[in-house]
Amino acid sequence: MTAPLIRIEALGKRFQSGGGLFARPRAMMAVRDVTLSVGKGEVLGVVGESGCGKSTLARLVLRLIEPTSGRVTFDGTEITALSPPALRRMRRRMAMVFQDPYSSLDPRYTLADVLAEPFRVQNEPLPANRVEAMLAAVGLPAALAGNHPHQLSGGQRQRVGIARALALRPDFVVLDEPTASLDVSIQAQIIALLADLRDRLGLSYLFISHDLGLVRYFCDRIVVMYLGAVVEVLPDTATAPRHPYTQALMESNFAPDPARRRAIEPLSGEIPSPFALPPGCAFAARCPRASDLCRRQPPALDGDATHPVACFHPL
Amino acid sequence: MSALLELQSLSVAIGKVALLDGIALTVERGQILGLVGESGSGKSLTAMAAMGLLPLIGGRVTAGAVRFDGQDMAAMTEVQRRRLRGGRIGFVTQNPMTALDPVQRIGAQVDVVSRLHLGLSRDEARARTLDLLTQLRIPEAETVAEAWPHQLSGGMKQRIVIAMALAGDPDLIIADEPTTALDVTVQAQIIHILGHLVRDRGVSLLLITHDMSVVAQVCDRVAVLYAGRVAEEGPVGPIFAAPAHPYTAALIGCIPQAGMAKGSLTGIPGAVPSAMTFPEGCRFHPRCPRASQACRASPPPILSRGEGRVACHHPEVSA
Repeated sequence: MTAPLIRIEALGKRFQSGGGLFARPRAMMAVRDVTLSVGKGEVLGVVGESGCGKSTLARLVLRLIEPTSGRVTFDGTEITALSPPALRRMRRRMAMVFQDPYSSLDPRYTLADVLAEPFRVQNEPLPANRVEAMLAAVGLPAALAGNHPHQLSGGQRQRVGIARALALRPDFVVLDEPTASLDVSIQAQIIALLADLRDRLGLSYLFISHDLGLVRYFCDRIVVMYLGAVVEVLPDTATAPRHPYTQALMESNFAPDPARRRAIEPLSGEIPSPFALPPGCAFAARCPRASDLCRRQPPALDGDATHPVACFHPL
Repeated sequence: MSALLELQSLSVAIGKVALLDGIALTVERGQILGLVGESGSGKSLTAMAAMGLLPLIGGRVTAGAVRFDGQDMAAMTEVQRRRLRGGRIGFVTQNPMTALDPVQRIGAQVDVVSRLHLGLSRDEARARTLDLLTQLRIPEAETVAEAWPHQLSGGMKQRIVIAMALAGDPDLIIADEPTTALDVTVQAQIIHILGHLVRDRGVSLLLITHDMSVVAQVCDRVAVLYAGRVAEEGPVGPIFAAPAHPYTAALIGCIPQAGMAKGSLTGIPGAVPSAMTFPEGCRFHPRCPRASQACRASPPPILSRGEGRVACHHPEVSA
């Protein structure tokens, strides 16, 4: 692999909640000791269920929220140590596409306003015809420039969100569940657009999703998270999973073919509360292979292997 | 014996806007019918019509009829219809977070259904509730019955909603996107539970979903809805093996699968039209790769296909 564009080292984020008049404050680690890298031109997928910390990770990588521990390096510069003005200059090289295209666009802005905003934030003049060019790049007619978001469909709005992210020609884009609120037919359109833009503009993506099927289709490498920690990194999309949780995620994905119906052996049990994590492996309570060791001691992620997995009894 | 639920060329409008056009569907006893389509295709409206709930949203039936167990729902009194809902027809909503009353304990919310519809005493109702919760694989049913909704996870709440639908001993359950709000591993659990209940108890299920892979996993038949009309309907085997309608084929083709070549997922161009701007002719023609002059000019004929039917001018010829 070429030198990584993004290097994430031992990143952690602790949230505190409650602490009201009667409630005692409680703390939870949304992200625990995550180490990853994204290569130039790579699409790194991060997959997991709600509460696994994947959106927190996305925000930490762009330093939209401050980490509790660890650091993030972007193209050789440690962004977790930058001053606010320096961070703002650096931010023009990174962007984010949000999950919900309904709430991530200001309803009072026209599309032209939405797409001009990144230039305003960076104090840069807006090049002539740039708005039209950006709309064209994401497959929207230039005639829509004067429209407001409510006049667009969900898929069109997400195209605007992508155009805005690409306005300043970034190198790196975080895609936080960009298709989760769209129909499958529109999801496929948006994924095709993202793939095309990556090829044309040489972008690197961090692609966050709950859908392992989609991640396996779109990404080069796949990081699987469970309750704030990385449990497995699949080096490519063909490699079979070794962690029982990844295996369970894969089996939860049905094929659109009645001839391949699964005898579902659904996971029993519930995801433990992140406020009261068990002492051992966080997945032990739902895992068919769990032993006493798993319940006592948390397994470490073997970070040197090409296919790291955090499990005492991998498949 | 007549079918359990039959929609006979049902057309529905809200105000002056015609939303459903000639929907014909049948749910047989003990069968699972999947109703699929994109947002805005009319799936939830069809469910509302099947339960006689259109007045709630200002809708009305403009043509056709809904028959439950041979009886015309429109000919029933409101009291009779109310007795059906929650009794012989159970309903599972999309969002379990809003389907439960936040200020009532779980057990009380399930008890009330069998007390009301089956006339059980307080103790009998609670015994029935605990039995249902146990069947739904809820651990420590007695503790859960005393819990408040906010103390339960989403998957657990959805199981409570299913328990409420079952409490009145229904013949038919209508489930509107029952797993859309849930995580994938929990979705697999709920689909598994629903499928088993239907098979074990001989209940019928009308399963509304946007996900063709869920249909493939549990349904016996599938009806594909597009812009207020049925595009294709029939047993799942032949339809998934060789979809006759281009829309059915496109919906199946939108699902990313292991081993699919990169770039092979293209989606369906455009979007579902709003009811104000339904196109002339076949409503799918602006998005259809096979559209011809005939498709733009006139609504497609309904052709029979094995045990199913397709509404298309140019259906795929099956082998």
